[in-house]
Amino acid sequence: MATAEVTEHHDDHGHHDEGFVKKYLWSTDHKMICFQYMFTGIAMGLLGGFMAYAFRMQLAFPGASVPGWGGVTPADYNSLVTNHGTIMIFWVAMPVLIAAFGNYLIPLMTGCDDMVFPKVNRLSFQIFLLSAIVLLASFFVEGGGFGGAWTAYPPLSSKPEYSLTPLGSSLWLVAVGLEFIAFLLGGINFVTTTMNARAKGMRLYDIPIVVWFIVIASILFMASVGPLVAGAIMLLFNQNLGTGFFDPDKGGDPVLWQHLFWFFGHPEVYVVLLPAIGITAEIITTFARKKLFAYKTVLNTAIATGVLSFTVWAHHQFVAGIDPRMANVFTISTLLISVPVAEMIFVYIATLYGGKITLNTPMLWALSFIFEFMIGGVTGIFLGASGSDIYFHDTYFVLAHFHYTFFPIAIIGSFAGITYWFPKMTGKMMNDTLGKLHFWITIITFNLIFIPLFVLGAAGQHRRIYNYEHFPDLAGGWMQDLRVLATVALLVMLAAQVIFFFNVFISLRNGKKAGNNPWKANSLEWVAPSPPGHGNFAELPNCYRGPYEYSHPDREDDYWPQNEPA
Amino acid sequence: MTARTGASLRVVTNPQPPIVPSALLGMLLFLFTELMLFSGLVSAHGIARGSALLWPPPGQPRLPVEETALNTAALLASGVLLYFSQRAYRRDRKSAQPWLTATIALGTFFVVFQGVEWVALVGEGLTITSSTHGGFFYLIIGVHGLHAVGALLVLGMNWLRLRRGVLSQSTFAAGQAFWYFVVGVWPVLYWRVYG
Repeated sequence: MATAEVTEHHDDHGHHDEGFVKKYLWSTDHKMICFQYMFTGIAMGLLGGFMAYAFRMQLAFPGASVPGWGGVTPADYNSLVTNHGTIMIFWVAMPVLIAAFGNYLIPLMTGCDDMVFPKVNRLSFQIFLLSAIVLLASFFVEGGGFGGAWTAYPPLSSKPEYSLTPLGSSLWLVAVGLEFIAFLLGGINFVTTTMNARAKGMRLYDIPIVVWFIVIASILFMASVGPLVAGAIMLLFNQNLGTGFFDPDKGGDPVLWQHLFWFFGHPEVYVVLLPAIGITAEIITTFARKKLFAYKTVLNTAIATGVLSFTVWAHHQFVAGIDPRMANVFTISTLLISVPVAEMIFVYIATLYGGKITLNTPMLWALSFIFEFMIGGVTGIFLGASGSDIYFHDTYFVLAHFHYTFFPIAIIGSFAGITYWFPKMTGKMMNDTLGKLHFWITIITFNLIFIPLFVLGAAGQHRRIYNYEHFPDLAGGWMQDLRVLATVALLVMLAAQVIFFFNVFISLRNGKKAGNNPWKANSLEWVAPSPPGHGNFAELPNCYRGPYEYSHPDREDDYWPQNEPA
Repeated sequence: MTARTGASLRVVTNPQPPIVPSALLGMLLFLFTELMLFSGLVSAHGIARGSALLWPPPGQPRLPVEETALNTAALLASGVLLYFSQRAYRRDRKSAQPWLTATIALGTFFVVFQGVEWVALVGEGLTITSSTHGGFFYLIIGVHGLHAVGALLVLGMNWLRLRRGVLSQSTFAAGQAFWYFVVGVWPVLYWRVYG
């Protein structure tokens, strides 16, 4: 597999007049593969947003016919929430943050012409696309899409008489499995390219933080995905061959799945967090015109976070019947992991401190990432402590908590990256006024959706109920008002995304020419033309220093590109 | 501070050859993931086995421990042969060919032997659904068998390249890493599953 690619690597360059298929669908160019991942991810994101719209409408106005969907049945509701979660994590956060930005940034920021294994890279996207098609197909089979929640706990997921989706649940598993193969192939490329193909003179500590973080995230993914694949094969066998790995009647253990799932599931949070927080590092150093505070500390902190993330998984299972003494251990490790993450946030604040801050659209996204993610982190402490988690478990408090982590990661992080690198990707500047309008509406509505859900969760609203009218204590009065508020905020947020697409369209048509380095940033991607052509650089750059030399006292300019000789 | 002053003094030198060649590094990353896959399988098996009162469950055939010991020896021997093939490759590329042929032959013997064992065990009533014991046996040994077949295919491609004289050191190293992984993980599986 990987071995055969090396020798053919260099032959791929030099064909410049390819046809449409070769250029857009069969390309081995890392930038085109970035766009493939990004467009697929955004399309899936719109689908996931539409699903959220359908089930939020049902929660706010139970029983009403939802425009564009119709009546939401209990089976629909289960399928919608399951696939909303699955899509947003595996088909939006992963492809956009790791695959798209990883593909775009790693070769450009390390100053090389392409990935080390371009054909493996192409295969990675093709498998990813196939996985998306399999997932979409699962909505149209008998019984509809899988409805056993994105965590797929057995027996709900393993027995069709419980899940009522005999084919949907297997297709869901196959889709997730294919997607993992795609990201494994992508991750192999990211790590190998960063280690072996850097520009001349670029030492390990000269690599931009975002590249490091994508590499660490890829390694975390590789280390955590194996046990989940093992569990997924076992679950697939349970569904289709009649084995009983998770079935107590046949000598199996249902909690075993939860261990295998969360051994992957918790590091997965850091797999998507690290690229987002890395993107933030690039943006805040550029727009605060300051050197990143304590580069090596940030890097070591990320590695420590990665290692610790493998010791916290059972905090998802405090009510699953695990030994309370075990729960204590996982409580301690969970609270410990907030230390390195908090440290990163302090480092970012220290970077901002005293800087010449420009509040443009990418910077607003980056700053909001830090503050919104902090809310997610602080509320996580209540859930990491086993005592309070027993009360909060499976309430909307949990739901609001992880949306305060995943929304900043997947949505804010992606918008931050897209608005920051848009000039490089397209050669045009993005309209800042429209960008800010889109930013403010999205951020305000985001908080208006999820702060009410914190309140509802603390009041005891359980997560897995499709119609609260069946529960008189939860049905009327202020609780229903908050549900309606959250739903209306969601509607406004979804509508506001039109501004973003309009902005992209109008900026591509009428935007100001960006030039190579519109932000006066240091890292090597700004040396390449905008947009970079095939092979990226006219002449491969040399690297003389780290990427964050802003406002150096010996220089007139307040930036010092990595490729500029002293 | 030192980094700051050092930055202006640094002289760009030619890049060092990578510590690990790309083909081998890519393979090692893949094998790291697979190692975690086997860790997941073996620990799941350990939990099922640890919580059972009797293992193997009553009425289930016992696994052919002795025959498999012989097969284990064959697999380990193939690993040693591959090592000699690498040594021969360093001296004179052509002389690696017979060693590599022998490695692939012994590896194929291992896979076929496992297949014959499976047929016998199914005949004795151990199937994937007959118990968790059977389920885990076929799952873990089957996943290992698939890796063995995959690694044999990679070694086979190496063999063809070697015969045509185009086998590079790093490509061969990647193929070897894959086979050493298959050989190295097996004793653990033998101990956990058969033992």
